[in-house]
Amino acid sequence: MSTQPKSLFEKVWDAHSVRKLANGQTQLLIGTHLIHEVTSPQAFGMLRDLGLKVLMPHRTFATVDHIVPTNELVEPYKDPLAQAMMDELRKNCAQFGVTFFDRASGKQGIVHIVGPEQGITQPGTTIACGDSHTSTHGAFGAIAFGIGTSQVRDVLATQTMALGALKVRRIEVNGKLRPGVYAKDVILHIIRLLGVNGGTGYAYEYAGSTFDAFTMEERMTVCNMSIEGGARVGYVNPDATTFAYLKGRPYSPSGAAWDAAVTRWSSFASDAGCRYDDVVKIAAADIAPTVTWGINPGQGISIVENVPSPETATSDDDRAGIIEALAYMKLPAGKPIKGTKINVAFLGSCTNGRLSDFQEVAKYIQGRKVAPGVRAIAVPGSQIVALQCEKLGLDKILAEAGFEWRAAGCSMCLAMNPDKLIGDELCASSSNRNFKGRQGSVTGRTVLMSPVMVAAAAVTGQVSDAREVFAVN
Amino acid sequence: MALEKITSVSGRGVYVPGNDIDTDRIIPARFMKCVVFDGLGEFLFYDVRHTPEGVPTGHPIDKPEHKGAKILLSGANFGCGSSREHAPQAIHKAGFRAVVAENFAEIFFGNSTTLGIPCVNAAREDIAKVAAAIEKNPDIEIVVDVAALEVRYGSDKIPVTQRESARDALVNGRWDAIGELIDGIPAVQNTAAKLAYMAA
Repeated sequence: MSTQPKSLFEKVWDAHSVRKLANGQTQLLIGTHLIHEVTSPQAFGMLRDLGLKVLMPHRTFATVDHIVPTNELVEPYKDPLAQAMMDELRKNCAQFGVTFFDRASGKQGIVHIVGPEQGITQPGTTIACGDSHTSTHGAFGAIAFGIGTSQVRDVLATQTMALGALKVRRIEVNGKLRPGVYAKDVILHIIRLLGVNGGTGYAYEYAGSTFDAFTMEERMTVCNMSIEGGARVGYVNPDATTFAYLKGRPYSPSGAAWDAAVTRWSSFASDAGCRYDDVVKIAAADIAPTVTWGINPGQGISIVENVPSPETATSDDDRAGIIEALAYMKLPAGKPIKGTKINVAFLGSCTNGRLSDFQEVAKYIQGRKVAPGVRAIAVPGSQIVALQCEKLGLDKILAEAGFEWRAAGCSMCLAMNPDKLIGDELCASSSNRNFKGRQGSVTGRTVLMSPVMVAAAAVTGQVSDAREVFAVN
Repeated sequence: MALEKITSVSGRGVYVPGNDIDTDRIIPARFMKCVVFDGLGEFLFYDVRHTPEGVPTGHPIDKPEHKGAKILLSGANFGCGSSREHAPQAIHKAGFRAVVAENFAEIFFGNSTTLGIPCVNAAREDIAKVAAAIEKNPDIEIVVDVAALEVRYGSDKIPVTQRESARDALVNGRWDAIGELIDGIPAVQNTAAKLAYMAA
C-alpha cells in the first residue's frame, strides 16, 4: 500500500478499477445501478437483442419518476405513452429480477431522492444512473455518474462501464451563510463563478466549513447541480453527518456490520495533503440569494443585482449570449430582476424536493397567500417525503397558502408529464435547469432560485428578495 | 463484436451556430416518451426548427441545400445538460455521422463516441472558415479525418483535436465497449468480491 495521500475520488476509483481497456480507459465497477423509465427501456431492449442477462440484479434498483403524473394516481394514465413506459419498466424489472420501487411500494420517488432515503447510496461506492443529476449521490462521498442509455446497457450486462479518470477540483466554501442564503444559492453562485462548462473533465470536491456544517439534504442540493457546471461528478467527504443520516435506513448495514462500514466509509475521505488539480476558495459571506436571468444555470445574479446588458459584456461571446437570453426571457437589459412578474411557482425536483425544503418554506409561508393569478404547485420528491411532510402538516400549510400539494415525481422540472408551463409563462422554480423550453412550453421561461425564494415570489407575484418578504434577518 | 473502424467521415456539412446548445434543445423531453430510439431523427432541434405553432423557421438543417448533410458544425459546450442518449441518437438518425464543435459536454461526448459518432474539437475561427466555405458552396465535401486529426474541405484543411481514448476507440473499431466489458466479467467478479457492500 502506498502511503501517498489520495483524494476520495482516487481511492474510490482505485477500489473499483477492474482493468485497463485497449483504448486506455478503465473498466470501472459500478457498485450501485439506479434505473428509471425514460433511459432504461432501450437498454433492456439491447440486452434482449444480445441475449444477455442483468449481471447483478441485487445491485440494480428501479423507480419511476420522470413521466408519472403528479395529479393522477390510478393507472392506466390518461397519456398512453406514459403508461407504455410504466408498463415497460414493470415488465423489465420482473423479467430481469430487478427491485422496483413502484408506486404501490410506498417508496417511489425521484431516483436521486429514493437512493439516499433507502440507504442504498453509501460512501466509498460507485453509482451510475441514466440521468445527469446522478451527481446528487456524491453528497455521501460516493462517485456517482450520469450516463447514457448504451452505458445503462453496459452496466446492466457487466456491472461496469468504460471510463477515463477525472481531474479533481476542490471547491472550498468557508464561513457561515448569511440569513436567507441556502445551499441552492451556494451552487448557483459556484456555477456563475466557474461557468457552465468550467467543470468539464473534473470531479468537484466540495469542502470547507460551510459544507462541514451542511445537513445531508443541503449537500445533496449542491452535488445535484454539479453537472450544471459541467462537472459530471461532485462529492463531499463522508463524516459524522453522513453516518448519522444513514443509520437505520432499510439498506444501511446494521449491527456489527454497521461499525465495520463506518470504519470503511471513513477511510475513503480525502487524505490531508492530497493533490488536487485545482483549488477554488469562496467565502460564504460573499454569497447572496441568487437567481438566474437567462437560459443556462450559469446566467445568475444576486437578487439585488441588475440583469446584464449587452453593453457590459466581457466578450463577443458573452454579448451574443446576453442578447439571446434576454430576447428569450423577455427581460429588459440593465434593470433589476427583482419585480419581474411571475405566473407559476414550482417547489420540488431532485434539487429541492426534500423534507427540509418544504419545512423551510412552510415556516415562512404559514399565514400568507399565493398572489392572485399565480399557479403554485408543491411536489414532494418521493412518497416518503410526502408522508413526512403530511405527518408534520406541511401539506396543509402549503395548501392553505394556495399551493397545490401533489404526488411524488419530477413534475415541472422537465415536464415529461402533465405539469407544464403554458405559452411564455414565467416560472419561479426550485429546479435545476432554465434551458429554453425546459419546463414544457417552447416559449416558457424559468427563473431558478431556492425554495424560500420561490415562496417569496409566489406570495408577491414577482421575483422578490425573500429576506424582505419574510423579514429574514 | 466486429465494429467498423471509423477513421474518417465524409459528406456535406451544415453549420448550426450557437454556444451551450443543450440536449433539451437537441431533443426536447416530450419526444423521449418512447421505448425505442427509432423515429427520433425528425425531432432533432424540433423547437428551434419550428415556431410554437409548428411552422418551419428555416433552420439550417432544413435548408434544401443542406439536405443529406452528414457533418454537423457548432459552437462551444455542445450537448450540455441532460445525459439523454436520445440526443446523439437523434443526430445519428437524422443522418449525421460526425460533429465538429469548439468543445463538448462530457456525457454527450461519451454517448456519441459509443454510438460511433466522432466528435472533434476545432478552434472557433477554424470552424468559421469551414462554415464560410459551406455557405459559399453547400456541396463542398467535408472530410472529418479522425486518424489524421484534421478536417479537410475543398483544398483547405483545419486541425482538430480529440481525446485519445475516443480516437483510439474509433479508428480501431472498438468504440462500443460492450464486447470488451463482457470479456472482463471474471475480473469484475474478483473486484466485486473485495467490496463488502456488493455481497449478494
